[in-house]
Order: sequence, then structure tokens, then C-alpha cells
Amino acid sequence: MTAAGSEAQMPIRTGDDVVRVRQLVRGHAQAVRLSLVDQTKLVTAASELARNIVTYGGSGVVRMETVTKSGRTGIRAIFADSGPGIADLELALTDGWTSGSGLGLELGGARRLVDDFDIDTQVGRGTTVTVVKWTR
Amino acid sequence: MTGALDKGDLDIRTDNYAGSRAVLVEMSRDWARRGGVVIDISAVEIVDSFIGRMFASIAALSRVLDAETVVVGMRPAVAITLVELGLSLEGVRTALDLEKGLAILDRVAARRGIEDQHPDEDTEQPVTPGAPAP
Repeated sequence: MTAAGSEAQMPIRTGDDVVRVRQLVRGHAQAVRLSLVDQTKLVTAASELARNIVTYGGSGVVRMETVTKSGRTGIRAIFADSGPGIADLELALTDGWTSGSGLGLELGGARRLVDDFDIDTQVGRGTTVTVVKWTR
Repeated sequence: MTGALDKGDLDIRTDNYAGSRAVLVEMSRDWARRGGVVIDISAVEIVDSFIGRMFASIAALSRVLDAETVVVGMRPAVAITLVELGLSLEGVRTALDLEKGLAILDRVAARRGIEDQHPDEDTEQPVTPGAPAP
């Protein structure tokens, strides 16, 4: 998988940033011509992950890039924070489980909405979630 | 009109939940009298768990006030995403469009025997007693 052009990065600190992340992702998704349903899924996943950062991570950053693999194009979004990290990842990915005020659908739900999902977390260090959505 | 969301727009575009709550308190004064609230999301491009939770809160609040909440106009792509996300919108009724949503509230109001105190002059013609149905 190689990066192909178009890159963007923005900080995530407030609820307003969550909205800006959605707009940024929407723009990238349209640029690579993801279908409307796939655009909606990716933007929704990004919204969950960005809000997770605001709610649990305190602040963080999202980096977005266009990637290609075997002739297909995709959007890769990397959400990184230096918050408390996740002690029990399996539990955090379980539907309905939440340590805060959420519905507990954020991580598991976001994973279902994208094609590739990777999470790297260390207690006390922070969490990085990488998602990719490919064109069909 | 039984209960359109005419007191203000919920600011879900900017996720201003505090502001939305103020709007909700303002709106809720009308709900019990009108029998319900319709939330038109035909202009909403995504519904994530945060926004979904807001709908559930509105539904729960309106239920306590003896009013019905109907979410209308959900885009197909939003509906598909919502199901995959795992959001069930429990306790929230949905309808295809505003007209069908208002019809639900009308039926609820009729069942409860609520008088329609706010006829919508713009769209509804007064019914003359004894006149033949159109």
C-alpha cells in the first residue's frame, strides 16, 4: 500500500473539530469517488473516532491520505492521541461497553464501517487508530 | 399541524449539545399540548452514535412529557450506515417523510382525544361541516 498524493492533517480538541474532521473526510472520500454509502460509512466512522479522542483522549490529531493497492484507491485516516490509552482492548471493542458516557458503539461500530481497522494502544501513552476504506 | 419542530433547529451540525438542550427545554413546553415532536433529518448527512444518543434523549424526554417522538426523512445511506454501526434508536419512532410523521402524531392525538389547538393556516383548509369529502 503506497500513499498517492493528497494528504491532510488537523488537530482534534473540541466538538467543533469533530465536525471539521467529518468535512475533511467527506472531501477526501468524494475526491477518490467512494460511493455515497461508502462515503457515509467512512465519515460516520471518522466521527466516532474523532469524538472518542475528544471524550477520552483529551486531544489528538488526524492524518489523512489517499492510498493505492493493486490498482484500487482508498482513503486512510490515522487518529492519534496521547491520552490514557485502553487497558482492555477486547472489552473496548465490545458493543455496549463504555467507560464514559457513550453508547459503547464507538470503536466496534467504527470497525464495522471500514475495510481495514488497526488499533495500537498503550496505557499511559495513548491510542492510535488507523482505518482504510477502499473504492469498489 | 400536530407537532412539527418549529421552535428551533437542533444544532447537530456543530454538535452544540448544550445549546440543543436549551432549545429542547423551550420546545418541550409545546410537546405535551401537541402530543409529540417530529425531527426532520432529511438534510442530515450522517448519524453517528452521538447524534443517535441525542435522538434517544429527546424521545425519552418527550415520553416523560407524554409526547411521541418521530424521526423522519432519514437518507438511505444514513439508514444503511446506522444499522451497520449497530445503533438501534430504541424508543424512537421513524417515518419516511414529514407528512407520514405528522400522520403518526395525528393518530396519537386522536387516540388521546387531544384537541388540535394549532391548525396550520398555510396548508390546511378549514373543513365546512356537511361539505362533501374532496
